[in-house]
Amino acid sequence: MVSGLINANPVVYQKKERRARNAPCDSDEYAVEPIDQLEIFDHIRDIKDPEHPYSLEELKVITEDAVEVDDGLSYVRVTFTPTVEHCSMATIIGLCLRVKLMRSLPSRYKVDIRVAPGSHATEAAVNKQLNDKERVAAALENPNLLDMVDECLAPSYS
Amino acid sequence: MELLDGRFELKETAKLEGHTDRVWSLAWNPATGVGGIPLVFASCSGDKTVRIWEESPSSGSWNCKAVLEETHTRTVRSCAWSPNGKLLATASFDATTAIWENIGGDYECVSTLEGHENEIKSVAWNASGSLLATCSRDRTVWIWEVLPGNEYECVSVLQGHTQDVKMVQWHPTMDLLFSCSYDNTVKVWAGDDDNDDWHCVQTLDESNNGHSSTVWALSFNATGDKMVTCSDDLTLKIWETDETNLHSEAGYSPWRHTCTLSGYHDRTIFSVHWSRNGIIASGAADDAIRLFVENQEKGIDRSSFQLIFKKEKAHNMDVNSVQWSPGEKGLLASASDDGTIRIWELVPIS
Repeated sequence: MVSGLINANPVVYQKKERRARNAPCDSDEYAVEPIDQLEIFDHIRDIKDPEHPYSLEELKVITEDAVEVDDGLSYVRVTFTPTVEHCSMATIIGLCLRVKLMRSLPSRYKVDIRVAPGSHATEAAVNKQLNDKERVAAALENPNLLDMVDECLAPSYS
Repeated sequence: MELLDGRFELKETAKLEGHTDRVWSLAWNPATGVGGIPLVFASCSGDKTVRIWEESPSSGSWNCKAVLEETHTRTVRSCAWSPNGKLLATASFDATTAIWENIGGDYECVSTLEGHENEIKSVAWNASGSLLATCSRDRTVWIWEVLPGNEYECVSVLQGHTQDVKMVQWHPTMDLLFSCSYDNTVKVWAGDDDNDDWHCVQTLDESNNGHSSTVWALSFNATGDKMVTCSDDLTLKIWETDETNLHSEAGYSPWRHTCTLSGYHDRTIFSVHWSRNGIIASGAADDAIRLFVENQEKGIDRSSFQLIFKKEKAHNMDVNSVQWSPGEKGLLASASDDGTIRIWELVPIS
């Protein structure tokens, strides 16, 4: 029987151990702590894959190293790797990442989302779409799409 | 704040709050700001509403005179006043364009234009107010004829863009329509003598020094012989046409690229507007507003432009729209993802 899934048998990896973010010992508890790579990764690691009961971390769609952050410049770039080159779910995954970071980070942040170079057949088209905020805004007004995104994001809020 | 020229700066004179989502666009009423009529503009937002703002002549403060709601069911992306300032057209992601009339201080929706398959991104009136253009994610541009009794008839559906059309804008004096797109091009459309058969007369793309990513907006200088476009490729480009042919009957005079302004904005440039006294304002996703003027030195073949002022952190988030006011005052209004509209005055530095 032909499976309706884009990638019927994905490789599932073990989750990385959760590390507590190490706070400097002489820290003033009222000081503003800069947002770092691990904090951003913690926001997105538990997002569920749109077609599997696994997290993006378990499928190695994202890793901690795929998060680049410069808190001083209020800038984040997340590079994700779809499990298969022709993954039609890539834009949904990217949309989930963008929405989660939009909801979690201070509004001063600028966020770029992209697929890893060479990891997707229509890389440039996917990247362009994910970084066009008008398309993103329109997509999020589509109730079906928003439901799909919210379902993927649900485990990341726990 | 950096000043290369040291002559002008933008001074914030008002910060208008009221929209509960990002403000996408704003439009000054062209019939205001002259002859004692107070300045009025409209703003539209992801909150599905349009707000009408009026300057108080005595205090110079701004008041929200009306909120146009419960008509559009999704984001209102763009708005435009008819040349006589009597009608306001609003374009929405709900695939409709609404026409509003100010009837005794109340804005009433007098017509709804349907036809696009999905999100409408921009709406524009031609110089005489007899034609309206709309564009959409459905890749088409529609031209509507304005008929008596608030009737609008679609006279042409223009196909040619291969992706969403981001903005439509009419030439300031001629019935030439310009559209810019996610397909990285600007297309110029002209009608036959009766304005009922329209076709693409020119495409400005990478092969003629055009943009390498989405073109978000365009604007004309006062005389209509120059045009500026802005893009996701982080550049502004200046285009020129033959002024001498402009009003002749010789037909269409093609546009050519004359200058690229790059290295100024760090992120997507969403909006550009050329003032009647020659100052180009640009607003971008880097939260900044920049002002440019043409260099006056003669003897150079090609025109060149210089940055005269840069306002970093003009808003707390992306700047989506910048528009110069009509009238003598020359105010600049900017709209942002931060939900505010700010009014700026261009003041000489003492």
